[in-house]
Amino acid sequence: MLTYAVRRIMLAIPTLLFISLVIFLLLELSPGDPLGDVPLTVPPEVKEKMREALGLGQAWYIRYVLWLKQFFWVEPLHWFDQVFGTDFSRGAQRIISFQSRSPVFDVIAERIPQTLKVVGFSYLVGVLIAIPIGIISAYRQYSWFDQLGTFVSMVGFSMPTFFTGVVFIIVFAVNLQWFPSIYDTTLKVTDWNSFLQQVRQMAMPVTVLALYNAAQISRFMRASMLDNLGQDYVRTARAKGLSERTVVLKHVLRNSLIPVVTVIALGLPAVFGGAIITEQVFKVNGLGQLLISAIHSNDIPMVLTLTFIFAILIVVFTLIADILYGILDPRIRYD
Amino acid sequence: MIDKAQETARNEAELIRETASNAPTPAAGMLPPDQPVSTVNTTPASRSQWRDVWRQFRRHRGAMVALVLFTGIVLFVTIGPYIWTIDATYVDIRARNQSFSAAHPLGTDQLGRDMLARLMKGGQVSLAVGLTAMLIAVTLGSLIGILSGFFRRLDAPLMRMTELFLALPLLPLLLLMVTLFREPLSQAMGPGLGTFLLIVTAIGATSWMQAARIVRGDVLGLKEREFILAARSIGTPNFRMMTRHVLPNVLSPIMVAATLGIATAIITESALSFLGLGFPPDFPTWGRLLYDAIEQMQMYPWRVILPGIFISLTVLTVNYIGDGLRDAMDPRIRGR
Repeated sequence: MLTYAVRRIMLAIPTLLFISLVIFLLLELSPGDPLGDVPLTVPPEVKEKMREALGLGQAWYIRYVLWLKQFFWVEPLHWFDQVFGTDFSRGAQRIISFQSRSPVFDVIAERIPQTLKVVGFSYLVGVLIAIPIGIISAYRQYSWFDQLGTFVSMVGFSMPTFFTGVVFIIVFAVNLQWFPSIYDTTLKVTDWNSFLQQVRQMAMPVTVLALYNAAQISRFMRASMLDNLGQDYVRTARAKGLSERTVVLKHVLRNSLIPVVTVIALGLPAVFGGAIITEQVFKVNGLGQLLISAIHSNDIPMVLTLTFIFAILIVVFTLIADILYGILDPRIRYD
Repeated sequence: MIDKAQETARNEAELIRETASNAPTPAAGMLPPDQPVSTVNTTPASRSQWRDVWRQFRRHRGAMVALVLFTGIVLFVTIGPYIWTIDATYVDIRARNQSFSAAHPLGTDQLGRDMLARLMKGGQVSLAVGLTAMLIAVTLGSLIGILSGFFRRLDAPLMRMTELFLALPLLPLLLLMVTLFREPLSQAMGPGLGTFLLIVTAIGATSWMQAARIVRGDVLGLKEREFILAARSIGTPNFRMMTRHVLPNVLSPIMVAATLGIATAIITESALSFLGLGFPPDFPTWGRLLYDAIEQMQMYPWRVILPGIFISLTVLTVNYIGDGLRDAMDPRIRGR
């Protein structure tokens, strides 16, 4: 197990390096010019200076290695300095956004809480809805609950979040006026009233994303429960007189959760990506919104760093899912 | 109830006919037929795999309803423009923002363009994007899957590549590709065709991985079977082996992957359009129509809801068809 984990981590490093190179080259090939918005009246030599100042003067491979150094060396050092009050990173150049002229990671750190609050919470809610639904629909297969559950999950799975989100806004924000349609990031939770306001503005984005995630996870949960309910050990457990509750909730559920847990882990990074759309619908200024605005304004360092962070999330969670599978299921031996 | 009883009766009759046709009849070969004409008349239809699949598919109620609805949507966007002949791009500024009426059954948009015509036109583009992107993805996926399953030497590098692609953050990359290359391609090939090719290739190139993995797994299993050994023993060359013996046997997972691929491609395209990174404004697709209507959704909610319903309904029906197809193609379920 440990050797497997170590081997996988060793393999993840070249994968990530390659992905970063792909993203970098894609941006490099792009015909867009970060100085495209500079007025034509600016003389060419000044423009050249600006180019130098943005770090665009060198060949691409030098800039790539420089970016790698900044991402993997300067930024961690900087965090280290901030935590322990040392100054190892003094004088070292951090990754600077073209758009805001401030370090990319500072901007990202500002945006992460919103994304985590909305997306993370919705994923949690989605999982909490999906698992009981999956259990009941599998246990009472072909009952009306199961029919309804599979139909609703199919619909939820097929409706894109930008449509459900917009319908929710029309119904609950415009017609009923229960919830605000725009997420207010500046709101600080200080007392009961502001807490209520926070709950109200989170309700819609969380519901939309939670429904979408619950639809997918409940399908997996149902399939996995059905697989296990037909197994011999279930018959044995019933035969030795265990109560139905123990059979289903202890024996079957535990075994069925193994693949579902890995699916949940695998889905987490995709949720960050998928949340780009939901954040756009409800105007939550989280990571997704940051990425879109950076793409629109040709902010190459920001786009590169953000996309790479998404890639890291995917690789890390795939690794976690594989290792979890090995830990949870003793039948699986990687060595 | 009566329908159901009739259907089971019909199915049983069919089953009896088909099993009877396969049953050995020792007397038939030896004795001359008494009435040759009648035997011709009662010859049952030949039993092929696809007939079996269709029979099983028909029993999946959701999939059948979905198939009818999907055919309806396809007819709506293909035949519809011949019946409802208003041009989707015709601007009638005096008739703008109208609600449902006889002249414009689904109203008009902010420039007075007919919504019904725009929904038809948008559906054509959306479905075309879905189908083409799926074709690219499935072709690429089956090619890579078959190659890596068939040739041991190619297996490791191709699968590493697949894993690499699976680790890519797809939506951000898609957004990036579309923003970066939209302008030059539009200039080179015209705004419509350029964007279409770009979006289709981008979606196709980022969604072949699942198909490749499924096909590879199936090919690996097939390779150990006796008929492959038999084919090899009579000297079948590799290419013929793949096209003649391997490909037909992995067709069912490919078809299921293809069906589900249409759904994902349609959703991805409309998501791109929704983020404003899809087709140009005068080029309606369902996602673009939805995006264009967002600004005025408080006044004219139907303009948002209609294209959304079309997207969701198409994706839902395609998913149901895929589900039914998967059940129908699974020999363990079939015949139960």
